[in-house]
Amino acid sequence: MNYWRHSWVAFCTILIKEIRRFTRIWAQTLLPPGITMALYFVIFGNLIGNRIGDMGGFAYIDYIVPGLIMMAVITNSYSNVVSSFFSTKFQRSIEELMVAPVSPHVILLGYTLGGVARGLAVGLIVTLMSLFFTRLQVQHIALTIGVVFLTSLVFSLGGFINAVYARSFDDISIVPTFVLTPLTYLGGVFYSINLLPDFWQGVSLINPILHMVNAFRFGILGVSDINIGIALGLMAVFVVGLYLFSYRLLVRGVGLRN
Amino acid sequence: MTAAITIRGLRKTYPNGMQALRGLDLDVEQGDFFALLGPNGAGKSTTIGILSSLVTKSEGQVSIFGHDLDTDLMAAKRCIGVVPQEFNFSQFEKCLDILVTQAGFYGIPASEARERAEHYLRRLSLWDKRDVPSRMLSGGMKRRLMIARALIHEPRLLILDEPTAGVDIEIRRSMWQFLEEINAQGVTIILTTHYLEEAEQLCRNIAIIDKGQIIHNTSMRSLLKMLQVETFLLDCKEALAGAPQLEGYPCELIDEHTLEVQVDREQGMTRLFAELSARGVEVLSLRNKSNRLEELFLRLVEGNSEKEAVRA
Repeated sequence: MNYWRHSWVAFCTILIKEIRRFTRIWAQTLLPPGITMALYFVIFGNLIGNRIGDMGGFAYIDYIVPGLIMMAVITNSYSNVVSSFFSTKFQRSIEELMVAPVSPHVILLGYTLGGVARGLAVGLIVTLMSLFFTRLQVQHIALTIGVVFLTSLVFSLGGFINAVYARSFDDISIVPTFVLTPLTYLGGVFYSINLLPDFWQGVSLINPILHMVNAFRFGILGVSDINIGIALGLMAVFVVGLYLFSYRLLVRGVGLRN
Repeated sequence: MTAAITIRGLRKTYPNGMQALRGLDLDVEQGDFFALLGPNGAGKSTTIGILSSLVTKSEGQVSIFGHDLDTDLMAAKRCIGVVPQEFNFSQFEKCLDILVTQAGFYGIPASEARERAEHYLRRLSLWDKRDVPSRMLSGGMKRRLMIARALIHEPRLLILDEPTAGVDIEIRRSMWQFLEEINAQGVTIILTTHYLEEAEQLCRNIAIIDKGQIIHNTSMRSLLKMLQVETFLLDCKEALAGAPQLEGYPCELIDEHTLEVQVDREQGMTRLFAELSARGVEVLSLRNKSNRLEELFLRLVEGNSEKEAVRA
């Protein structure tokens, strides 16, 4: 059988399996972020936001909407791949893939794009939810789509690496709880770093999520705390670096083969 | 004709230092129904793990239908279907989806995969369970589902690791019949089992593995010929007061209707029945005290352990 045709069918199989998985359990995967973000819009956007006033030249709710969409995309892209791939390892159904003639590229792309699919689905739900609270006028549509896709890909790959090394369910919750959540909250979701003293502004620039959130905000509102070119370059470097690292883990069978 | 499997000098040392395989050599011919037997920890599962790419070998060469695992892995994988010892499918997926997904991994489009899945699910009496999540199946059904999954891409080599463990005798026999049919269609089958009756019934050739090495590799017929003495249990019509004295046939009374008799292969059974008849003992039925292969297997493994002890 033709290699490319075989790989395409195998890739579609993994991707469809992943999409079917998170849509089958929609009450655990798609509904909660919608509800959580609606609460953010009500409490931070409307109730507290009205007292805060403008941020970066926009009403506070308008300012935080891109950040909240990105927060949902990041969390869901990561958690989809880490939980799905780890469950596959835990139930040993990963062996179905390991015995089959499926290239590591296909496995990696199938799982990570499954995570991207969930990240984008949740991002869309949160975006639609935000329309109940504000009017969004996207300034740079191609940039917005490109940034959200790259961000989702970066965190899907991160989730994949976490799942490869994880040996227990505790191991798949440590990174989201102790790394992702703090970095997201400190990544300019709720505020402009211009509010911070110079030292903390410098420290904030180390946080990659700040660049992603601001690039996305620039796509929607046309304002940003950081250089968009650097943000895009950073995301591209992360995608390539994490992809190559994940590929190497798969080829070597780390956490998968004895 | 290229062998289905050629293994040379296969070694596996796990990170904890345990040597599971110590220079294993093995050939399995195409179309064979081959038994790989050995005590627990002998290296059977490691060998199967290496053949199915789930375990990385430390040393040695393995080729499947001429495809070397080191240089032509994808082609080798296409030839193999594996039924593992433990259940390893998603607990939440439906039976039909499990098969269609597995077919997809082999590049088989969904429409064709569904046709094949229906064929194997019907053949293994699981069609009415096609929409049931796998966790709802009984142990026997799960085993059959794993066989269907292993066959969905129509492999040339089927590896079965304890396929009938925990399966009742009726289903086991129907599985045997199915496997014999698959083998008759040209699929090479390698079987590991703890039911030695199963191996004796199904397999034409056999290898016994112990402590990471093949200690015996021959045809089933030749192996069974090695068994010089067989022990039979005779069910007698009339109650016996004691064991009769039979010349050349050591004999013991188990209960008043059951005699245990040892028969040397050279002596045969004809003279035994003549002797019994002369003493007025009427035999209703007879059976082997234990499976013949089981007796041989235990002797060979014990013999190997003694040799190892002497060497040490």
